[in-house]
Amino acid sequence: MSSSQHYDVAIIGAGPAGLAAAATAAERGARVVCIDANDQPGGQFWRHRPEDTHPEDDGSLHHDWKTYLRLRAGFDAAAAVGSLCFYPGRQVWMAQREDNGFTLRTTASAQAGRAAPGPQTVRATQLVVCAGGYDRQLPVPGWDLPGVMAAGGIQAFIKANGMLPGKRFVVAGTGPFLLPVAANIAEAGGAVAAVCESADLTGWFPHLATAARVPAKALEGTEYAKSFLKHRIPYRTRTVVTEVLGSDRVQAVRTAKVDSHGRTVQGSERLIEDVDAVGFGWGFTAQMELPVALGAETRVDDDGSLVGVVDSQQHSSVPGLYLAGEVSGVGGAALAVVEGVIAGRAAAASTAAQSSAAESSAADVRLARKAGTYRAFARAMHLAHPVPAGWQDWLRPETTVCRCEEVTAGDIAAAKEHLCATDARTMKSMTRTGMGWCQGKVCGFAVSCLAGTEGASAESLRSVAKRPVSVPVTLSELLTLEDEQVLETTTDH
Amino acid sequence: MNPASDVLVVGAGVVGSAIAYFATLEGLSVTVLERGLPASGTSSACEGNILVSDKEPGPELELTKYSLGVWKQDLAEHADLWEFEGKGGIIVASRESSLASLNRLTAAQRSYGVDARELSTHQLRDLEPNISPGALGAAYYPEDSQVQPMLAAAQLLRMARANGARFFPNTKVAGFLNDGGKVTGVRTSAGNFAAGAVANATGTWAADLAALAGANVPVKPRRGFVMVTEPLPPMIHHKVYAAEYVDNVGSSDAGLQSSPVVEGTPAGSILIGSSRERVGFDGTVSVPALRAMAENATELFPFLNKVKILRHYHGFRPYCPDHLPVIGHDERAPGLWHASGHEGAGIGLSVGTGKLMAQALAGKEPDLSLAPFAPHRFGGFQSGSTTIQEACA
Repeated sequence: MSSSQHYDVAIIGAGPAGLAAAATAAERGARVVCIDANDQPGGQFWRHRPEDTHPEDDGSLHHDWKTYLRLRAGFDAAAAVGSLCFYPGRQVWMAQREDNGFTLRTTASAQAGRAAPGPQTVRATQLVVCAGGYDRQLPVPGWDLPGVMAAGGIQAFIKANGMLPGKRFVVAGTGPFLLPVAANIAEAGGAVAAVCESADLTGWFPHLATAARVPAKALEGTEYAKSFLKHRIPYRTRTVVTEVLGSDRVQAVRTAKVDSHGRTVQGSERLIEDVDAVGFGWGFTAQMELPVALGAETRVDDDGSLVGVVDSQQHSSVPGLYLAGEVSGVGGAALAVVEGVIAGRAAAASTAAQSSAAESSAADVRLARKAGTYRAFARAMHLAHPVPAGWQDWLRPETTVCRCEEVTAGDIAAAKEHLCATDARTMKSMTRTGMGWCQGKVCGFAVSCLAGTEGASAESLRSVAKRPVSVPVTLSELLTLEDEQVLETTTDH
Repeated sequence: MNPASDVLVVGAGVVGSAIAYFATLEGLSVTVLERGLPASGTSSACEGNILVSDKEPGPELELTKYSLGVWKQDLAEHADLWEFEGKGGIIVASRESSLASLNRLTAAQRSYGVDARELSTHQLRDLEPNISPGALGAAYYPEDSQVQPMLAAAQLLRMARANGARFFPNTKVAGFLNDGGKVTGVRTSAGNFAAGAVANATGTWAADLAALAGANVPVKPRRGFVMVTEPLPPMIHHKVYAAEYVDNVGSSDAGLQSSPVVEGTPAGSILIGSSRERVGFDGTVSVPALRAMAENATELFPFLNKVKILRHYHGFRPYCPDHLPVIGHDERAPGLWHASGHEGAGIGLSVGTGKLMAQALAGKEPDLSLAPFAPHRFGGFQSGSTTIQEACA
């Protein structure tokens, strides 16, 4: 018997975009399957404590929890009537496009907390990838010390466990995401010694008009401001962490001011002591392995991230493949929800004959306008919060850049100079950057910048995102792989 | 016009880099052109083998022994630059019939001076404790070695540059320059390059470059996948492969062939091969190939069943229909030289090829006759192709 199942629409990810896409597509009559690496829906943005042991989670740590509850209600309703099949705790390790749809090979996810049964192979006519993103990291001396985390990692830890991974924190990097992380720490009872934001907030002014058109965001900003005041969190702009100090764990950080060109200012160094946890976030990297593996056209966005090219319906260059949320441009949860709805509607429409044109076009216009507003806001954010141009100056030859394979900045500089390794792919060949457990997810952006002469090239970023095995899979799972041909004749249901 | 040189090498894979390095040692002025970056073709999509064990007696085995000598003697002081490891190879037979063929192969190889030792199952288990209990016998080849192929290419190129060679990355050849029917250089995206000789070291893409000069060099891509596991403590100590592999290497079948080739690496990950299929330059992941490789590898080493793969990659071996590389001067297009078509043995054969090419380019009698590898063995000019004059008009 074949273990494969065929659906109209497959959704990868159950975060803001995935929940919206799944609920929308199911509501419009499509047979939907949704696969997510976590134990329960919500993604990183609405990550919450295990529902079976903590059913009382009221969303106090979350923004826009009401939207989550609304989407979740639609998602659960679709699952209850059998039009949506949800496989939590599983990940797609390989995706292929065939004549009549997509074949997804899944495996139990490493981050799932419990055994996650599910089909090894899922087939669908349409595919919506809502894989989200993760914190972009830049190497800095000492960043491999225990206690240094991704800013999002701190937040995920708090949301999932209801406790803190340290006592006194420094949150550093750039972008509005540093604010909720610091607020979450303070609200969970932790001390925040400083939030170091590399950008100059006057960078905001030219874009205020755009930002002001998104009232929800402005409101969110006020909430954080209140939280910062209440918890006396020092918020330092034009400030970067240039070194993390400690013997066997973080003990202090060294900060410096940066000038308007993103270069550190001589003599501006300061030491922040008695710190046991540091969270870095330099914007986000979209989780692009599946779109890249499927051959989707990509572009480098305003924030320097590789993202998929989509049309107004979130449709990629690959027939039947839709991208929503961060994979079509990093823009936050509110935009992701709108894009998920658009993609869910479009994917369902292309599998079914049903449609009420008049209702659709009015709704389409409304959704498109909303998405446009959020995108303009995201663009303003990207331009106001660039990665500081001088970040490479913080590195020392002995600073580790690829943590999995222990490749240093000195190794990289030598390969660039002597072995002509001037792109990320060649750098990987010569130094092993990105060959370890994380397959370049952590160091890929930094290596692309370090190898290139003018920042990270699109080609470098694409080579970094190319992971034909999206997540590690055992040989025993390969043994039971079914052929495409077999699948075509033995679809269940 | 860029500065003229004695030798213009097209392609900075391991073969082109080796030619460049040895040509500088011969006192020749050298320019290397590469359409991408060093080792961006098949050199970065292979396992870095230097194998005598999979070669039947004949010209390729002679070239292998010669090249192994170049790796071990001429280049001895540089061995660490490319992680040269004389790890030794083991061919395992799991069926009575394959054991008999293996014994015939080792006897023939021994008569050619190859150090090929028959192993009892007991001896095999001493060398590879995690081998399948189903193994009936094996042969051990202490000379089989391995290098990190990308580093080998890039370091040989660096050494050539240190000796005065010029390197132009991201420079694609568009056509040949000629004078009175002789190839005198190339036209590229970065202008013209004049040279006394042009060496085609474009590997799997050699046929395309040769065709620009009207010469038929029937090198075709033969795809192979390699899977890379999570890093593990040392579990596999040699390059271990099944006796059927030798048959697959020599086969000309276009369909999928797979036989296990398994080895540990200094980084701890295990490399799992091999597959061979002629599907053009198709980079699509092949489910049958992955499954067959997993089946074969777990038969040889059952513990691999529970091991995770982190990635896989594929490459296109430069396959020649008669399984011999194309090395030497092309009499059909005077001034054009070839060094390609090494199929799956290119890393091992590269430095021998480079040294012999350099000797011939310098007008010397090469240490080993290049006659069996002569480019004109494929006959005259391609029918329907342009002449040199037309191509360069």
